[in-house]
Amino acid sequence: MCEENPTRRELLKSIALAVTAGGAAAEAAQHVHQAVAEARQAGPYRPQLFTAPELETLAVLADLILPGARAAGAPEFIDLLAAHNDELAAIFTGGLAWLDRQMEQRAGVGFASAGAAQQTALLDRIAWREKAPPELAAGVRFFDWARKLVVDAYYTSPAGIAALGYKGNAGMAEFRVPEEALRYALERSGLA
Amino acid sequence: RQQWDYFAAPNVYWEIEGEPYTVAPGSEFRWFRSRILGGRTNHYGRISLRFADYDFKPYSTDGLGHDWPIGYEDLAPYYDKAEAFIGVTGTREGIRSAPDGVFLPPPAPRVHEVLVKKACDKLGIPCIPSRMAILTRPLHGRAACHYCGQCGRGCVTASNYSSSQVQIFPAMKSERLKVIPHAMARELIAGDDGKVRAVSYIDKTTRAERRIRCRVVVLAASACESARLLLNSKSPRFPNGLANSSGVVGRFLTDSVGYSLRGFIPALVGMPKHDTDGFGGMHMYIPWWLWDKKDKDFPRGYHIEIGGGYGMPRLGSFHGACARHQGYGAALKAKIEEEYGAFVSFSGRGEMIPNAHSYCEIDPDVVDRYGIPVLRFHFRWSDHELKQARHMHETFTAVIETMGGRVIGPANPEREPRGISVGGTIIHELGTIRMGDNPRASALNQYCQAHDVKNLFVADAAPFVSNPDKNPTLTIIALAWRTAEYIAEEMRKGNV
Repeated sequence: MCEENPTRRELLKSIALAVTAGGAAAEAAQHVHQAVAEARQAGPYRPQLFTAPELETLAVLADLILPGARAAGAPEFIDLLAAHNDELAAIFTGGLAWLDRQMEQRAGVGFASAGAAQQTALLDRIAWREKAPPELAAGVRFFDWARKLVVDAYYTSPAGIAALGYKGNAGMAEFRVPEEALRYALERSGLA
Repeated sequence: RQQWDYFAAPNVYWEIEGEPYTVAPGSEFRWFRSRILGGRTNHYGRISLRFADYDFKPYSTDGLGHDWPIGYEDLAPYYDKAEAFIGVTGTREGIRSAPDGVFLPPPAPRVHEVLVKKACDKLGIPCIPSRMAILTRPLHGRAACHYCGQCGRGCVTASNYSSSQVQIFPAMKSERLKVIPHAMARELIAGDDGKVRAVSYIDKTTRAERRIRCRVVVLAASACESARLLLNSKSPRFPNGLANSSGVVGRFLTDSVGYSLRGFIPALVGMPKHDTDGFGGMHMYIPWWLWDKKDKDFPRGYHIEIGGGYGMPRLGSFHGACARHQGYGAALKAKIEEEYGAFVSFSGRGEMIPNAHSYCEIDPDVVDRYGIPVLRFHFRWSDHELKQARHMHETFTAVIETMGGRVIGPANPEREPRGISVGGTIIHELGTIRMGDNPRASALNQYCQAHDVKNLFVADAAPFVSNPDKNPTLTIIALAWRTAEYIAEEMRKGNV
């Protein structure tokens, strides 16, 4: 576990609260990624909230939600945030247990141990709110949260930023717009 | 070790532990407070708009609200000084609703802003370079913006204006300013001569009361906090609170009308990726354009702020995409990446007419952790504002569709849950210690000096008589400048 000073703890708490309430500062995600990186410096990541099996289930789920999310540190990102917010902690420990229980009923094994086809068959039942059967509503609610936080973690990581092609946060002497970008949009808009 | 304190600086302060406020039943209001040196100027939007000539005479124009005791010509020299001092971008346009000023050159428009401008040209709506307190050229020892896009952290080069970096720090270096940190003003103590003699404050670190004797007091605590301080300064001579023989302190509370809409613009999908950070905020904006039209169904008007570009990915950036597309895996990933940067948003900021249902007062039942009675808010939009917000919706829809786009939905559903912003959330609350020529109907004279208390002045947005569709900060600075010159002159003459 990373050595956590009171200020870092307060910061993670305030970011986790902002996630549940909406409206975190632009740089907030980078604090969480940095905290994960520091926690990994001393060796393998030791989860602060989840058990090792829970973290593994979350990692499998994360990669299903966005391929590459596990390698981008999404499970650890969520662990650190949820460890600092009771509401998130309950959503994720409860949701992961729900996934395991559903999979045991269907396939006799936990979610992480099931085959890929069984995993996607279950996700297909909870990943579209309008299509989901009412008896799986708790799973739909959890999947909403898991999807949001996996998306947050991945697209604020170096891999996700590269996938988006975000070029900003760089600085320039004079603000300029590439001519080919302007031409591209004007031609397609019909406003040229 | 990394220093976390700077980045954890309070920039979201709707609720402060131990410092509550209350909202009367049937009202909805939220109060933003900045308990940091330089206050809200540390994190405001830097939008710097002059009031128009007609904004000072609203009652004379349409019979609603009240006229200011001053006109545009009184404030124009101070707008000039304020802009030259803080640095404001813009272009000379000759538009009556958006008077020209002393401008630095604006940055080039981003691609989506060029599209908005072209669509506005078709619709007969003006769209002009934005007027922002951000330096595009070095000014008074401050560096020009380097377009890093990290404005929300506080600008390390002071390229955007904040009173902390541009006025307070230099003043501290002059050694003629003493800053007392952790001081929570409790009340103003009046002497037998009816002047303020001392400011009583709580030292937050010890919770002990301290007093500073004073010759002149200038309140600039933000409109509602300044009103609270006056209302809490009761004495036998001032039973309704200081400077409140008129009873207007706390009344005439307004905020800007806020409404926003997001659109998806297919023409931007697949555009070559590039750095669109620019300076913090829009490079183009839409000033009000229907000021002389009589056939609309609401009084006054609004300006439109434009959002878009490849924003830095942050927590929540793609929650909207998740809700719209749902699903997971490669399909979700492709949707998010395809749509990234292909949205525009429009935010209207319009004028609210003061009404009898919107005011703040002292809540007799509640004190804060320092024992200071807190404010209770009453707030209600009228049909004027609700109709204006609907007009915004129609305008934004027309611009989005003219760009070949489609409306996605509200850009700020949490702030605007019912098609109009919750009162207070645009953070343009003002009018609570208003100025006027008549001491029975106003608390301050035209120099923001209390009618009742000659050595008491107010230099935030509390003196405003109306809340036009122009963000208040530039007018606060211009008024404060005028007040400061008046104080200096009155002190020279021995009048205060």
